[in-house]
Amino acid sequence: MKIGVLAIQGDFAEHIVMLKRLNVEAVEVRLPEHLKGLDGLIIPGGESTTIGKLATDYGLMEPLRQFGQRHAIWGTCAGAIFMSKDISRAQPLLSLMDIKVERNAFGRQVDSFEADLDVPELKQVTGTKDAFHAVFIRAPIIESVHGDAKILASVADGRIVAAQQGHLLATSFHPELTNDARFHEYFLSLAD
Amino acid sequence: MEQQTGTFAVKKGLAQMLKGGVIMDVVTPEHAKIAEEAGACAVMALERVPADIRAQGGVARMSDPDLIMKIMDSVTIPVMAKCRIGHFVEAQILEAIGVDYIDESEVLTPADEQNHINKHLFKVPFVCGCRNLGEALRRIGEGAAMIRTKGEAGTGDVVEAVRHARTVLGDIRRLQTMADEELMAFAKELGAPYELVKETKELGRMPVVNFAAGGVATPADAALMMQLGVDGVFVGSGIFKSGDPARRAAAIVKAVTHYQDASILAEVSKNLGEPMVGRNVSQMPEAEKIAGRGW
Repeated sequence: MKIGVLAIQGDFAEHIVMLKRLNVEAVEVRLPEHLKGLDGLIIPGGESTTIGKLATDYGLMEPLRQFGQRHAIWGTCAGAIFMSKDISRAQPLLSLMDIKVERNAFGRQVDSFEADLDVPELKQVTGTKDAFHAVFIRAPIIESVHGDAKILASVADGRIVAAQQGHLLATSFHPELTNDARFHEYFLSLAD
Repeated sequence: MEQQTGTFAVKKGLAQMLKGGVIMDVVTPEHAKIAEEAGACAVMALERVPADIRAQGGVARMSDPDLIMKIMDSVTIPVMAKCRIGHFVEAQILEAIGVDYIDESEVLTPADEQNHINKHLFKVPFVCGCRNLGEALRRIGEGAAMIRTKGEAGTGDVVEAVRHARTVLGDIRRLQTMADEELMAFAKELGAPYELVKETKELGRMPVVNFAAGGVATPADAALMMQLGVDGVFVGSGIFKSGDPARRAAAIVKAVTHYQDASILAEVSKNLGEPMVGRNVSQMPEAEKIAGRGW
């Protein structure tokens, strides 16, 4: 299996390290032609405004949308924002997932946090029973899910932080910043 | 489910989100919007860019919190601000107004000539400058969650940025070739905490994100630093002291993403207007250099 990581800006190298740990071929994607031959794509954390601007300038928006029709895509944090349909402000979005997202929903950096999450689907697919220790950096929340999108995980106060729609996955936290590869395994099961 | 804030993982984590990006010095909310529009991954809010600090002289201090807050209100990307080396009360003030990162910076006049801030005491993360691996690891030992090589700020001359990046990355390559029993002596030579020297060897890189700074003025300068092996680039005076800031800012952002693609670099380097005037560091009196600040 060959997975691409969108390498416009952000922590793409961390995702690549994680994929290599799982013995998956991982390549950096910066231009439309880099999508050729991939089985799935990860859009990393970073600044969604930067990623959206450069994806637009280098003609990636439409190729990414088409890729998402047929292949698995996972967005973490900025990536989740980028995949959503609605963020209540004007910036380039792929509009692949029927989710509404609020940027920086927990506050500024001093409010960034770590917390354990209960993710039943993750346990089921990976055959494990531990909670997932999640790292949230100036994180967005998924305000609401619509259509075929379903909720995968929420924080203690009920705010949604992970959602899935078929082979599309969005998390407002960063599994690539931990040593726990289960979310990457879960994504690979969608790409397979 | 308990939530923990201010952990080293979330401090270091924000710097990881900035990787592959450009952090731009801005002195007004309008500048900040131009920077965000150009694709900056963060801005550094300050009253004067380093070139003006150099030109005007006097004591350079933390900027007015009101200005920083106005800049914070004008953009959605992270906002950093500078405090003086060792001035932990300026840092407390910056934390209180909610900046996303504090730069304990040699660009401002140092408040303590022996000690830096104990950065472990803060929830807000810090970035600090360095000229070599020892200086970087001392700052990380004090709690810095991000490092930048110093270069020589406000000059538009990239030579010192190159020197410092080569020194740091060269020190790391040297460390890679060492036997474990040689690490204590190397830690002593560097003046760095042993545990961090050991960790750096194991990782094969600095334990936190490492950007380049100080003298980057063109897309080619930015790509040069990326190819040397840094994680991203700070651009200070280089953008808003140039003829066409919006255009140059966007070009430098593209150059950092496509740093290995010479045909894209050629394209973005076209018609950028006048670069900042610049000062040749090799002809500058020692007393005017600021990279030596920091202990």
